[in-house]
Amino acid sequence: MPPALIKVEGLARRFPEPRGRGTLTVFEKIWFDVAEGEFVCIIGHSGCGKSTILNILAGLDEPSEGVVIVNGQQVQGPSLDRAVIFQGHALMPWLSALANVELAVSSRHRDWSSAEVRAHAERYLDLVHLADARFKKPSQLSGGMRQRVGIARALAIEPKVMLMDEPFSALDALTRGSLQDEVVAIRSRSRQTTFMITHDIDEALLLADRILLMTNGPSARIAEIVENTLPTDRVRSEMHKHPNYYPLRNHLLDFLVVRSRELAGGVGAPDDPRQVPVHRPVAGAMIHALPSRDEKSAEALRLAVPTR
Amino acid sequence: MSRTSPALAAGAVSALILIVFLVLWQFAVSGGGTAQNLDPEYAKLVGATASQGKSAMPGPLDVGATLWKHLRDPFYDNGPNDKGVGIQLAYSIARVLIGYGLAVLVAIPLGFLIGMSPLMNRALDPFIQILKPISPLAWMPLALYTIKDSSLSAIFVIFICSLWPMMINTAFGVASVRKEWLNVAKTLELGSVRTAWRVILPAAAPTILTGMRISIGIAWLVIVAAEMLVGGTGIGYFVWNEWNNLSITNVINAILFIGVVGMVLDQLMALLQRLVSYAE
Repeated sequence: MPPALIKVEGLARRFPEPRGRGTLTVFEKIWFDVAEGEFVCIIGHSGCGKSTILNILAGLDEPSEGVVIVNGQQVQGPSLDRAVIFQGHALMPWLSALANVELAVSSRHRDWSSAEVRAHAERYLDLVHLADARFKKPSQLSGGMRQRVGIARALAIEPKVMLMDEPFSALDALTRGSLQDEVVAIRSRSRQTTFMITHDIDEALLLADRILLMTNGPSARIAEIVENTLPTDRVRSEMHKHPNYYPLRNHLLDFLVVRSRELAGGVGAPDDPRQVPVHRPVAGAMIHALPSRDEKSAEALRLAVPTR
Repeated sequence: MSRTSPALAAGAVSALILIVFLVLWQFAVSGGGTAQNLDPEYAKLVGATASQGKSAMPGPLDVGATLWKHLRDPFYDNGPNDKGVGIQLAYSIARVLIGYGLAVLVAIPLGFLIGMSPLMNRALDPFIQILKPISPLAWMPLALYTIKDSSLSAIFVIFICSLWPMMINTAFGVASVRKEWLNVAKTLELGSVRTAWRVILPAAAPTILTGMRISIGIAWLVIVAAEMLVGGTGIGYFVWNEWNNLSITNVINAILFIGVVGMVLDQLMALLQRLVSYAE
């Protein structure tokens, strides 16, 4: 396994309670790594603090406890090394698609001439198939096209890490599918390290190498890590034919529907939050191997997993 | 049935309203014929108002005739009390533009500061709340006393009345810039100066321009009153001078000019507003 590019160590977010003396813990004891070139998705219900974790990774938010280390350096504030694709496209509505990308490029390369900036920006708009729409304002573009501009803007600064906050959740199913294909295509070209929040299990299975599963809040934590056992050259239309698809999908669905709730508040959590159980759902297996040494938590998980 | 465009139809109705108004006006002010058989010498002496029951109010034809006279030679200068209406308007516009321009230079940076800093917003709020409702003319004696120049005092009054709408709108526009745009600026490491120029200013520009449009309207309202007080030059002074000359015709002409110039100023700002507006 290549060295970890992102290390998240003991992240927690707490708020003082509105009236009481105590504190409200949104999430705590979050430990995970993202390797260079890896695509990691995080899945969990609303309110578990996924977006906050992503914002902390981006440097837009600060944790109550813990650190994030990217490329050997602790994250302190936002950086061009970590591009963010926001849930809303977050394009500047007064700038054309091209000017939006140019703004990012000129910020990355302060010494470039405007012609160089333009050529670079056009190359990335071309990459997301928006060359013809480059002079249009965001309001003249469809939702999918706007999000493509957002992707082009993020890619154009050639970041070390790409952070995606439910980038396609506001789009209709067809558009979402074509944008997912776009991301697959971009992934096959460059092994861009990516951390992505999603609600969509199929999206996670199509894109991710590993999927982090978060329990419900408060005191949310990462309950387990699922390794994607589908072959890496996935195609959206063919993916469901693979024998590992349903075991994976059922495992994730089961987590979202049942276990994320049952495990809320740290029930059955391992004593050492660094040792998050790793699952590799494959065809034919009934109960998945739990590498955890903690018998109690393994028992709790075993009870929670309905055996078929 | 042929369809007429809505703009054409509206224009036709406007023209109709104007014609009806002018006819009614002419009818209302025209005399009821010769009242009595008067000696022509005497009738000439007392004037048409007394001899023919003609109203002292000029009719549209009288106003039209003087209007034409004004428009034909707007820039003549026959001494302090007899300048062309073009010169008077130019004085007023110059005062408004100077006072307004100074207000822009102060209000927009200050509005930026208030909008960016919740601390400054709270700290300056009581001052703004108290200063804002003061009639600009109430400043006039203080301005005359301190500045000791009537023309500069008029400019100061324009400055002070243009300041508030622009400052408040700028602060509001800056404070309500969408958080995600600011986050984009942060992740792109734009820096505070580039963020202010490339993100906050264009994002807040439509709101700022709304404030500027309100301000220019107020400034044009106030200049007439201010010039009536300080005298000397300007369209406000012209109105007052013609009132003293009992030339209602010229007063009506001046009212018309004030309206037209005000409309032009407003439309210029509307044009700028359209240039900076964006659809989300």
